[in-house]
Amino acid sequence: MDKSEVVLEIKALTRRFGAHTAVDSLTLSVNAGEVFGLLGSNGAGKTTTIKMLTTLLPPSSGEARVAGFSITIQAVKVRGAIGYVPQSVSVDGSLTGYENLLIFAKLYDLPHREQQTRIREALEFMGLTADGGRLVSEYSGGMVRRLEIAQSTLHRPRVLFLDEPTVGLDPIARDAVWKHLVDLRTNYGTTLFFTTHYLEEAESQCDRIAIMHLGKVAALGTCKELEMSLGDARHTLNDVFVHYAGSALDSGGTFRDVSAERATALRLG
Amino acid sequence: MTNTFIHSLFGFVEKTFVITEFEIRKLRHDFTELITRALQPALWLLIFGQVFSRSGAMHTGNIPYLDFIAPGILAQSVLFVAIFYGINVIWERDLGIVQKFLASPTPRAALVVGKGFSAGVRTLSQAAVVYGLSLLLGVKVNWSPIALLNVLLIVILAATLFSTFSLVVACIVKTRERFMGVGQVLTMPLFFASNAIYPTAIMPGWLRTVSHLNPLTYVVDALRTCMLVGSASSFGLGYDYAVVLLCTTVLALIGARLYPQLAT
Repeated sequence: MDKSEVVLEIKALTRRFGAHTAVDSLTLSVNAGEVFGLLGSNGAGKTTTIKMLTTLLPPSSGEARVAGFSITIQAVKVRGAIGYVPQSVSVDGSLTGYENLLIFAKLYDLPHREQQTRIREALEFMGLTADGGRLVSEYSGGMVRRLEIAQSTLHRPRVLFLDEPTVGLDPIARDAVWKHLVDLRTNYGTTLFFTTHYLEEAESQCDRIAIMHLGKVAALGTCKELEMSLGDARHTLNDVFVHYAGSALDSGGTFRDVSAERATALRLG
Repeated sequence: MTNTFIHSLFGFVEKTFVITEFEIRKLRHDFTELITRALQPALWLLIFGQVFSRSGAMHTGNIPYLDFIAPGILAQSVLFVAIFYGINVIWERDLGIVQKFLASPTPRAALVVGKGFSAGVRTLSQAAVVYGLSLLLGVKVNWSPIALLNVLLIVILAATLFSTFSLVVACIVKTRERFMGVGQVLTMPLFFASNAIYPTAIMPGWLRTVSHLNPLTYVVDALRTCMLVGSASSFGLGYDYAVVLLCTTVLALIGARLYPQLAT
């Protein structure tokens, strides 16, 4: 893995919804194997950014290249090179864990001979071997998230996008999810690009973070760099967040964002 | 160029069956849906069919009324299952399942048609019940393998047609509440402005014209031709198939274009 290789290059990416600009001329790049966190209050434009990078939402203007492919003109190639774990529950409760993986093995055209081996490895890797044959509706929240990550990484994507991967999980389940994500990076060099509300999570896991505010990148760098940017080493990431993102009270996201987040927390919790 | 086309066509067909396969697997885990769905055609045939058959109010030519409506009830059951199919897609959108499928390289049309076929599989239990009751009620059923195969094919195609229509509606309205309202409004005219439970000959002229624009009319005509002994097709079986296939293709293309909007 060449750490200096850029796998994600975003240039002036913009998305408008009517008069509202959700993402405003976003420019940043992420290197191969990096763990990159996108922080910001609700409505800052994090989810819209992820949706554009995963080709679910076309940008109003600007461009991004993911794993070398353009999100606007090579969308199918981008889809083949990435994995995506949406914020809400994305595995099917009426199928078993094994079946949830099998359908993605088939949709991503994994060679027939390798499918069973990959699924077995993925279940083992995520600590779900004993539960592969059970219906997912019987899983705990942490198990659901781990299965979702297994499903999204079965085809060994170059970049894994995660939207609030630990929302609604208790601290123990959250640690388990992160342990597996870090293992993914170590073993396969997967680049992790994720959004989160939890500052301590960003601090302990990310190589670099970007703080978004009102659709723009308000700050970008390592946690240390951002803390130092406030003047001296006494500042915490919390101070940094308040400094760059302002008071969280003035935004808060749409009704749909908030209800989706609470519904996810309810289902996983 | 040709190679790329064949490759994409093969990919489309293969992925369509993957989507259908997993919908069938869901039914294997919980088949109560198949049983409850089978009740509806049974009730229509036993209650509505029996009463109207006795009343003698419907003039259905040389075939008894009960024979006349058995294929109509089958078509109706297919319609009722399929037309509310879009609600599943809205449910999967409210979770994150649709988004995850759309972020995969699967062709959009395969996601749409795969769901449509699985609606077809769900209607097979209803076909079985209609055939069983027809046997008990003395309906003159054509049991030739070719006829049965045709019925099977028409039922699956019709379910694909109406569930794709439902999916298109779901992509437009996006919420469960709105979808239920629209679904109710659509079902009534589709069902009653067709030849399912009475011949179009008894309709006023304007309604007869509407019924000729209704794909369900052609589904019923095809089912009646294949399911019964001695029932001649009004439009020709080939024409029926052509209408159903054309409508399904057009709707699948529209669906494939609209489906990605569910992720936004």
